[in-house]
Amino acid sequence: MENKKTLRAPVSQKPLVIEKPENPEYIGGSVSIEINEKKFTVPLGTTILEACRQNQIHIPTLCHHEDLCVAGVCRICVVEVEGMRTLQASCAFPITAPLKIRTTSNAVRRARKHVLDLLLSEHYGECYSCFRNNNCELQSLAKEYGVDHYNFGHIQTPRYEVDNSSYSVVRDMDKCVLCKRCVRTCIDLQEVGVLEAIDRGHNTHIGTFWDKPLAEVICINCGQCINRCPTGALRANDPRDEIWSAIDDPKKHVVIQTAPSPRAAICEEFGMEPGTSLTGEMNTALRRIGFDVVFDTNFTADLTIFEEGTELIARLYNALVKKEQVALPQFTSCSPGWVKYLEHFYPEYVDNLSTAKSPQQMFGALIKTFYAKKKGIDPKDIISVAVMPCSAKKFECNRPEMVDSGFKDVDYGLTTRELAQMIKEAGIYLPEMPKSHFMPKSHFDDPFGEASGAGLIFGATGGVMEAALRTVIEFITGKKVENIFANADITPVRGFEGIRYAELPITEVGPVPKLIAHLVPDWNWLKGATLKIAVVHGTANAKKVMDDIKAGGKFSECHFIEFMACPGGCIGGGGQPIPTTPEIRKLRAKAIYDEDSSLPVRKSHENRHVVEIYDEFLTDGPCGHLSHKLLHTHYVKRGKYIA
Amino acid sequence: METIKKKRTGPVIFSEYKRGDAITKALSMTREDILFELKDSKLKGRGGAGFPTSTKWMLTAAAKSNEKFLVCNADEGEPGTFKDRVLLMEYPELVFDGMVVGGYTIGAQKGIVYLRGEYEYLLKPLEDYLEVMRKDNLLGKNILGKKDFSFEIEVFLGSGAYVCGEETALIESLEGHRGEPRNRPPYPINTGYLGRPTSVNNVETLAAVSHIVMKGGSWFAKFGTDKSSGSKLFSVSGDCEKPGVYELPWGIKISELLEIVGAKNTKAVQIGGASGHCVPKSQFNRTMAYEDVATGGSVMVFNESRDMLHVLKNFMEFFVDESCGQCTPCRMGNVKLLEGVEMIEKGEYTFAHINKLKDLGRTMQLASKCGLGQSSPNPFISILDNFKDEIFNAANGGRNGK
Ligand SMILES: Cc1cc2nc3c(=O)[nH]c(=O)nc-3n(C[C@H](O)[C@H](O)[C@H](O)COP(=O)(O)O)c2cc1C
Ligand code: SF4
Ligand code: SF4
Ligand code: SF4
Ligand code: SF4
Ligand code: FES
Repeated sequence: MENKKTLRAPVSQKPLVIEKPENPEYIGGSVSIEINEKKFTVPLGTTILEACRQNQIHIPTLCHHEDLCVAGVCRICVVEVEGMRTLQASCAFPITAPLKIRTTSNAVRRARKHVLDLLLSEHYGECYSCFRNNNCELQSLAKEYGVDHYNFGHIQTPRYEVDNSSYSVVRDMDKCVLCKRCVRTCIDLQEVGVLEAIDRGHNTHIGTFWDKPLAEVICINCGQCINRCPTGALRANDPRDEIWSAIDDPKKHVVIQTAPSPRAAICEEFGMEPGTSLTGEMNTALRRIGFDVVFDTNFTADLTIFEEGTELIARLYNALVKKEQVALPQFTSCSPGWVKYLEHFYPEYVDNLSTAKSPQQMFGALIKTFYAKKKGIDPKDIISVAVMPCSAKKFECNRPEMVDSGFKDVDYGLTTRELAQMIKEAGIYLPEMPKSHFMPKSHFDDPFGEASGAGLIFGATGGVMEAALRTVIEFITGKKVENIFANADITPVRGFEGIRYAELPITEVGPVPKLIAHLVPDWNWLKGATLKIAVVHGTANAKKVMDDIKAGGKFSECHFIEFMACPGGCIGGGGQPIPTTPEIRKLRAKAIYDEDSSLPVRKSHENRHVVEIYDEFLTDGPCGHLSHKLLHTHYVKRGKYIA
Repeated sequence: METIKKKRTGPVIFSEYKRGDAITKALSMTREDILFELKDSKLKGRGGAGFPTSTKWMLTAAAKSNEKFLVCNADEGEPGTFKDRVLLMEYPELVFDGMVVGGYTIGAQKGIVYLRGEYEYLLKPLEDYLEVMRKDNLLGKNILGKKDFSFEIEVFLGSGAYVCGEETALIESLEGHRGEPRNRPPYPINTGYLGRPTSVNNVETLAAVSHIVMKGGSWFAKFGTDKSSGSKLFSVSGDCEKPGVYELPWGIKISELLEIVGAKNTKAVQIGGASGHCVPKSQFNRTMAYEDVATGGSVMVFNESRDMLHVLKNFMEFFVDESCGQCTPCRMGNVKLLEGVEMIEKGEYTFAHINKLKDLGRTMQLASKCGLGQSSPNPFISILDNFKDEIFNAANGGRNGK
């Protein structure tokens, strides 16, 4: 049983998938089947569900999710297969031989209705007081099957206590249908594995190690489980009430910063097709709701490039020229889910994390210092809100070390979904909003104003790396990045491959820009070197790369690695609209890249507001004394074993 | 172990057998020859499902992989069965020799005994027994000098759930996961333990193999009926004078069995464990056979003093607890059926609702993911049908509905 160690629970059905042939045209590559008396040909290994969907035959599902491996547990998707005694779960049945399938026979319809009746009989919750009202798979199924009464009764009292312990995820197991999507998400996509089914039979429920509150286990707060839950059993910890009170309080100056990904996805909450950016509309709505000023997190994303990029250059210089012991590769630190993952699972590598704070937290520190001073506002009267695609940001702003302004740097993390809810509560239909002004004035308020496209693409996997490269290449070579990559699109780091690796040879060097002249005298030490970089998203992929680094593999020789906890990066974050699927992530990313290419300024170092802030406030430059105090942080070696 | 006196006799399983004989003989045969003998014997799996053993081994032998496993299913969780324990305690040579033969036939390098957690007290004696086999070169490298054949057996203590007896849940449990049945296809013969081809066989099946190798497939097929060859070990419990393990040929009438075990005033017999069928007196002339009343060997006898609704309630409580909780029809369906039984108990039922529940039972049989949920409504349906009068007629001590 040696191999057992390499398998992690639950492998669910992962090894049980039949590999599809590379080319279904080859002999034996396809199978002829009959669905409801119509003939089709499908590639070998296609599931019955896929075969039906490809041919416009609708099959209801509940435990199935495109991002996840098969479970086959809810049994709502059953179909009849000729010659088989029992009904088969279409999501879990790979076609390897000719089959005759019926999808709407009497037994099938009755079984589906029964499954629904059973689920509803123990579903404690009321739709009108549920955040998934109108966007709930259980509710839609009830409608689809015309449920008008409870055939097997209905539960009258709750069975479980709501787990409110986490800053990020609230668990209400009375609404759980035990589809185990969260379990599979947490282990298969994220390699965290804090959720599992506990107990047996009627007592089965989803829980954590020893049923501890979520805040006390090694949850990384990524919220990916929320995004895959078909019901309202999982939701984010919602700060809307507090924010409304702050808005209503005339003494408070309520500031909001908006991350790049929410603007690319919020349209979905208003029934629009995925992939439309509503930046201008959203900003108008935010002002109408009553936020006093609206800032663009992309501004601090640009600032991050300065700080993190400078840090990288310093690490490389210290390692290569001064021959000091330096932690390399440098890891990005803007994804708080990733940071906590590393702190738990690879605590010996916390020194590799860039000490630069995430853009959200940098902004928080600046708002309550630089901005407050400039505007003459007492920072204790400022309520600082951050709209994020992310549930881990709620945890991040509550980290005890994030108080460098002398106050809690960011008061509330608000997800895209919660912001959409606030907009609706304010009686606003977002797509109808006039766009906020743009050019010559900015969408965003002074003194931070508009950011660059580099800050914007932080939202997609590979974006931080691309933004960094746009700047680093120009800093080092003194040449335009466009000379190397057409239109400054650094395509080798784009895409959705889980782990991407690239090498950039440095053939020529230019003069050192003034801003970082205090760090390195010249670039000659880099001439002829090859910059090795990698981009990783989803912590399951991060695990692979970290294990490779531990083993001294190829990734240990990288200089800089971008890690994002969520598949697809922030556009696929745990605070984004539900559903999130591979297709939807692509459309959101496209919206971001399209907007980037339409912007006049697309490089962080060309953002004049950032340059100004170094002139005016952070006068000792990137990674200087003040920036270290406000914009950098430290990490905790948490480990996996929690008391 | 050696101190236990063997006083059992029977035509097939409990017939004469000398330790190591089947291994010696099998190793002198080709794999194909062994499969032919098995095919001739028409041996069907004794774990309950009754799948032809020769076919299972043929498919596992044919599966492409350089690593294969043979698993002996000794989880014995079905209420009312204890025959596997008797085999392991008193006839370990039959079971382990059968495993070595199986390993040789399908090309496995390793055998694993999944031993029911409650049988922990057997762990040490079994391991001691295996140690002796190793010393005698009946296990280990190049068994009995046969080149290219090495086989080891390990005993794994089960994790204590009825469902872990289901072969795919058993494999999950072996791998260290929650005991939950897998989707099928693919089947264990292709993708089993650690994703490798695996044959899961019941203890009794393996014991039968040892005899078949020694005495031939046609000898075995002489016993029993055409579709149910050989003999069967029955675990008899309940209202009878002589409960215990009996070896009887397939095809025996229920009434004959009752007479042998000294059952009097019998009202009903639950055959095949909790998920089996409850046979009323009027059907006691039916036979025990795959083609009539199939069984993994559990026979529970109930006499006239027993309340059948109570019996049913007991079974349903068992399933509510023992469902692995994975799939909806079984996890929640059993709860609803139990609620139905409780309604009847209190006299607070309508026939419309009971019929609805029977209908639900039919869905559970069709739509559940594994054999547990697919068979758990059997007692609900068969007891309510076969004992209508007793259960629903107040004049007979039953309860009237509303
Ligand atoms: C819920 C459930 C419990 C089972 N328990 C056992 C068991 O305890 N022992 C056993 O041999 N087979 C058990 N089985 C049957 C096994 O799944 C499998 O069919 C059997 O081990 C195959 O061996 P055979 O072909 O020798 O019968 C169980 C099946 C189900 C559905
Ligand atoms: S989870 Fe769905 S069905 Fe349940 S209360 Fe919420 S919206 Fe309604
Ligand atoms: S938030 Fe992420 S780590 Fe936490 S339980 Fe959900 S999926 Fe797992
Ligand atoms: S919490 Fe949600 S995702 Fe998890 S099992 Fe329950 S319903 Fe499914
Ligand atoms: S039928 Fe029951 S035991 Fe089998 S998988 Fe479903 S819930 Fe588990
Ligand atoms: S969607 Fe197929 S079993 Fe749940």
